[in-house]
Amino acid sequence: MIMNKKYLLNLIDITVSFEGFLALNKLNLSLKKGELRAVIGPNGAGKTTFLDVITGKVKPTNGEVIFKGESIVGRKEHKIARLGVGRKFQSPRIFENLTVKENLEISVSTPKSPLNLINKNIKDEQLNEIERLMKIVNLAQKVDSKAGSLSHGQKQWLEIAMLVGQKPDLMLVDEPVAGLTDEETDLTADLLKSLSGENTVVVIDHDMEFIRRLDSNVSVLNQGTVLCEGTMETIQKDQKVIDVYLGRPED
Amino acid sequence: MSLSKIKFDKKIVLSFWIILIALIIAAPTLLPVFRLNLLGRYLSLSIVALGVDLIWGYTGLLSLGQGIFFALGGYCAAMYLQITSSTEFPNNIPEFFALYGVEKLPFFWEPFRSPVFTFFAIWIIPALVAGLIGFLVFRNRIKGVYFSILTQASLLVFFNFFNGQQKLINGTNGLKTDVTQLFGQMVGSESMQRIFFWITAILVIAAWFFAKWVVKGRFGNILIGIRDDEPRVRFTGYNPVIFKTIIFSIAGGLAGISGALYTVQSGIVSPQFMTVPFSIEMVIWVAVGGRGTLLGAILGAVFINYAKSLVSEALPASWMFIQGGLFILVVTALPEGVLGWMQGDGPRNLLQRFGLKRKIETYPSLEVNKKGDDYE
Repeated sequence: MIMNKKYLLNLIDITVSFEGFLALNKLNLSLKKGELRAVIGPNGAGKTTFLDVITGKVKPTNGEVIFKGESIVGRKEHKIARLGVGRKFQSPRIFENLTVKENLEISVSTPKSPLNLINKNIKDEQLNEIERLMKIVNLAQKVDSKAGSLSHGQKQWLEIAMLVGQKPDLMLVDEPVAGLTDEETDLTADLLKSLSGENTVVVIDHDMEFIRRLDSNVSVLNQGTVLCEGTMETIQKDQKVIDVYLGRPED
Repeated sequence: MSLSKIKFDKKIVLSFWIILIALIIAAPTLLPVFRLNLLGRYLSLSIVALGVDLIWGYTGLLSLGQGIFFALGGYCAAMYLQITSSTEFPNNIPEFFALYGVEKLPFFWEPFRSPVFTFFAIWIIPALVAGLIGFLVFRNRIKGVYFSILTQASLLVFFNFFNGQQKLINGTNGLKTDVTQLFGQMVGSESMQRIFFWITAILVIAAWFFAKWVVKGRFGNILIGIRDDEPRVRFTGYNPVIFKTIIFSIAGGLAGISGALYTVQSGIVSPQFMTVPFSIEMVIWVAVGGRGTLLGAILGAVFINYAKSLVSEALPASWMFIQGGLFILVVTALPEGVLGWMQGDGPRNLLQRFGLKRKIETYPSLEVNKKGDDYE
């Protein structure tokens, strides 16, 4: 098994089979520390399954997931999350019956044991962190509003703030700009760019303008495997990618 | 901030407590013994309802097996009372053993000679059993309707076991407590019943504060998170299994206390406490009172049971229809329960319907928070 110190995450020959259907087929992918990586691909290419494998929701039929130098295949989701993998879901998954602040409290609280939560008050530095996050995502006015009453864009941002609050080493962001306005999309792209460097960020999306703005390396998935990897310019010229995904030329 | 939080000022809260405490102290003189005893029983049922609200209203675990823990608490109390009141019977063991030719006390009765042991057993044993069942179920990620079915199946297992064990715990006849002695007094006597009423009232208030403390902060928010989106809680780094086990265990402990108090006030514990309808009724009390409100669980348990006894006295056959109707009404018209409806937009919507309040045209938060609720 090849393990390279400079990689934060190594996916080696990942195969996921759902009753014979290969959602992922010998997928190989490596992420450097601090990298921002976009993952694109047509519907059914295995993008979400790819995240499910890393976060422990789906156990691969074959292959290895190496995170920070250790194998995380077969570990429980919450253990992987504590190890430093954070995830933002495709449609915003926030706790709608809790307030904005309570949502963020859940994400920044450590240790995540019942005894700590019931016995102790939240630490001051964690409260400061919540303040900071709410300012970044423009929700400071909404501290005590129920998260369910937020607009779609605000929910997306709240979930991103929750992800950041979790302080993961690896952030997996699934379609962060679905349903956002152009302005919000640009702001989100800038936010994600600013997070990389310190954090390693994987962004999955369809929106080519958004991906271009991220200005990062792109991996193209197709039929459960990595079709092509490189900068936006490289992949746009790649004939295989044009055939399966981009189709018509971008103007 | 939100409409759902009605703010009372301190004087009102204080006077509420003074009146409540005065009523509790005065109840034995205001009510005839029979009614007082009924009220005491229903108050003790409100403690098991609080537990149901914690696991169902807050955490989304619909247990149809709370009767198990309720009965266990009752049996613990009854075993202590029977064993300590059996000096005049053959072999110094409870009278019923003679019927089945048992001469030696079964081993698990022994610790119940100790009042201290019993005091702890009443809530710790049900809590441990609940914790064990809960852990096994939650670890295997059994949830939703499968969880409900499993709890009901466990209930039936316990029911059948207790029903069949004449030689151990008097089987289907159960254990009587009203003719036993406690501190030299007959448990069924008027003076003891009055004391039990006060103890129950105090414990209901204590259990209420305890439950409020459990759900108040981040712990309670995680429970709500588990109810609304469990996988999300997992991916945030929390282990839902532990949280669910703890809260299920707490509900089990509350059920045990409830069962013990109910037993000493009704005079008997029997496998009837573990019948399927009784455990479903517990859920109905909470549904009608208001899920996730705690106070609704208490009010639901007391009022529905009081209504049950009043209706049953007047029209013996009709209670089941009324209870069923009430449940259907709540599920269809007041899904949040009566208290949930009152705390939410319910009263406002009703007044609007009769033209007594202006309709909200934008968002409630805009119209109500800015101008207050005082415009006409």
